[in-house]
Amino acid sequence: MSERTPILALDNVSKGFGRAGARVLAVRSVSFALHPGRTLALVGESGSGKTTAARLIMREYHPDEGRLLFHGSPIVGGTRGGLKAYRRAVQMVFQDPFSSLNPVHTIRYHLERPLRLHQPALRGADRRAAVAEALTRVKLEPELIVPKYPHELSGGQRQRISIARALAVNPEVIIADEPTSMLDVSVRLGILNLLNDMKRTLGLAVLYITHDIATARYVAEDIMVMYAGQIVEWGETESVLGNPQHPYTRLLLSAVPDPDRRFTDTRFDDELGRIDVIRRQSAIDQPEVREVAKDHFIRPMPA
Amino acid sequence: MSLLTQLLHNKKALVGVTILAIITLVALFAPMLTEYSPTQRVGRPHQPPSAEHWLGTTRLGYDVFARLLYGARVSLAVGFGAGLLITVIGTVLGIIAGYKGGVVDEVITFFTNMILVIPNLPLLLVLAAFIGQATPLVIAIILGFTSWAWGVRVTRSETLSIRQRDFVKSAEMLGEPGWRIMAFEIFPNLISIVGINFIGSVIFAVITEATLEFLGLGDPNTVSWGIMLYNAQNSSALSVGAWWDLLSPCAALAVLGLGLALINFAIDEIANPRLRTGGMLARWSGLVRMGAGKL
Amino acid sequence: MSAPLLSIRNLSIDYVGAEANFHAVKDVSFDIGHGEFFGLAGESGCGKSTIAFAISRLLRPPAIILEGSQILLAGRDVLGLDDAALHALRWREVAMVFQSAMNSLNPVLTIESQFYDVLKTHTGMSRAAARERAAELLGLVDIPTDRLPAYPHQLSGGMRQRIVIAICLALSPKLLIMDEPTTALDVVVQREILERIHKLRQELGFSVLFITHDLALMVQVSDRIAVMLEGELVEVNEAQAIYRSPHHDYTRRLWASIPRLTGERVAQDAT
Repeated sequence: MSERTPILALDNVSKGFGRAGARVLAVRSVSFALHPGRTLALVGESGSGKTTAARLIMREYHPDEGRLLFHGSPIVGGTRGGLKAYRRAVQMVFQDPFSSLNPVHTIRYHLERPLRLHQPALRGADRRAAVAEALTRVKLEPELIVPKYPHELSGGQRQRISIARALAVNPEVIIADEPTSMLDVSVRLGILNLLNDMKRTLGLAVLYITHDIATARYVAEDIMVMYAGQIVEWGETESVLGNPQHPYTRLLLSAVPDPDRRFTDTRFDDELGRIDVIRRQSAIDQPEVREVAKDHFIRPMPA
Repeated sequence: MSLLTQLLHNKKALVGVTILAIITLVALFAPMLTEYSPTQRVGRPHQPPSAEHWLGTTRLGYDVFARLLYGARVSLAVGFGAGLLITVIGTVLGIIAGYKGGVVDEVITFFTNMILVIPNLPLLLVLAAFIGQATPLVIAIILGFTSWAWGVRVTRSETLSIRQRDFVKSAEMLGEPGWRIMAFEIFPNLISIVGINFIGSVIFAVITEATLEFLGLGDPNTVSWGIMLYNAQNSSALSVGAWWDLLSPCAALAVLGLGLALINFAIDEIANPRLRTGGMLARWSGLVRMGAGKL
Repeated sequence: MSAPLLSIRNLSIDYVGAEANFHAVKDVSFDIGHGEFFGLAGESGCGKSTIAFAISRLLRPPAIILEGSQILLAGRDVLGLDDAALHALRWREVAMVFQSAMNSLNPVLTIESQFYDVLKTHTGMSRAAARERAAELLGLVDIPTDRLPAYPHQLSGGMRQRIVIAICLALSPKLLIMDEPTTALDVVVQREILERIHKLRQELGFSVLFITHDLALMVQVSDRIAVMLEGELVEVNEAQAIYRSPHHDYTRRLWASIPRLTGERVAQDAT
């Protein structure tokens, strides 16, 4: 990963839920950094803590330990201005395109609001032009789309609107939480391509949260595999997926459907034979970090 | 827009709106529809319906038809005034409690529950008795300030579920201020519930006002359906055979209630598409009977 | 080739609307052999679930199976059966697992009682015999028998889905219909469950109709695959052929839009 100061970083962050005694750590000593023009994929099963990590970034939760760094400095809750700048800079694309747009408002409303809020100088024709530009950017026809209501659009179109809306405030970071998992297979790639284009042309830093490793490989330069609140393996995507070192990563990879292999022919047969052991052992706290290749790390599983 | 066109296509709504419109027009144009004043003796006591007095006269020789027309003004004004007050308080508090949560929610919920556990009608009776002979305006205000709790309950729980939807979160992230989220993101999604709450409150207010007056807690000098009932009862209208004196305001109340209830059913049907499958199912059973197919 | 277990001919299903009908399934025909693992692929709204419901005659109005359609199960005309015969058909011959099936377990009954309910209604089995059979069935899906007295909320989603499958197998049906059975589950759990089904099918000899939008998964487990588009079957072939040499343009487009784990990030469009 690059040596420059990242836009956004989690520094050794932990967050737990529940009362003392029955406390469950949803996120344990998690550190990662988001850089402009790069996508970082956070891969894990449900309950692995990936959504909690996103919510920590969205400041819906506050870390119990560790810091959230924005352009290298911690965010102080006290200053309203600083928080507002942060809120503008970090935008989110949600999983469910059917719930992320308000059914009672037109697409015009959805795209005008962020402009009115963050570029109040923009008026009349200029604002209409900005709305049209936002839609063109996500490859939608402005004249056709602008007067419509969300229920008149397909899931893929809605997800494009969500992306256009997030981009309308000129953010630096996009958090995409499973943005394609509720879409039909044939429109997923279009959304992923769009995210890739935006990242390149606008220099965005993207955190792509998913359970689908294959799509992570399609969009992300770097990848992290999370299990039970810990990041067990991370590094450059091709290195991690081509040469996975942590047993949990190998288990996950051999379970991903692969049309090239029948059920009898698995990539890491050994891991599939001891699922329970890997699950139990990987959940144990592991402070040790080992570099297994250049820019490729694991927290070794206790034997 | 679509809500309005849907309402116009719904038979129940059409009948309900027609009834309400007729009563409203009658109330507005009362002086043109009758030559008599509602507060003057215009005939001999307890005359049966005739060409001169369409609905007969009261014990005091007032024209029942004239009193019915002018009385509609009071019933509608109290109904809609109190209904509006109930709905505004209920909706505003409900949305604030549901969206803000925390201490604000707890305080609002506490007061809501407090009002809910006090039985409504006895409370009104006590208040009205305390005030003495209450004018319709006083009755409307009392109703408005004592009957909003149910609306808060319903609006709050619906707000709680809408707050979880991603579009609320996404508006928060764009930096929308809280009041805008409540007024422009959440409130429009509650329109049907607010509508049902409003119409229900109007029905409640109309009936309760009539009840209070009938029980003798209203100002006997007002011209309203409740006072008509009160006077008819006091003059033993039924036992002397003057059924028109008592039944006219009864029927008027029933028709107004029916009209409002029909509108309420219609809003419910439009808001819950599951309740309206009429045309589709009729076609389906037709096709099955014809032997075009089966399940 | 011997007579197929399930034979569907010219199946057409409409959803009746207030003015016009929506043609959900248009003149679909296919066979599933004895012991075959048959995949039915397609995107949301293509009619694949409607077919599954039609086979077990569980469609509800406003759906209508049009005259001229034929569904034969082991030689019997499913569309000609009366209610009593249909009751016997479900569970005994056709059993169905849905995506949300794991949430369909009764939350106030123990796992054992849920087995007993099914076994008693359909075979009049006694409680003791039912317990024995339930233990045996749980073994089939790799769940320890000490879980019998547990309530559904005490078990994970994957376990509950496996229990539903075990209940479905209780009466040894000839055909197991699975409609997106693992979509709501994690990949490792999905893999465990499907591996189990794969083995059970070989041991017990039932046929499977597997419905999913995940083509890659389908190729891994199925013998043959049918691809649906807007109510029509566009391609039926051996699983490997669907993957390696798809004939229909739509199938090729589907493959081209699925990111890959190894090799090229997406398959080169074969056109």
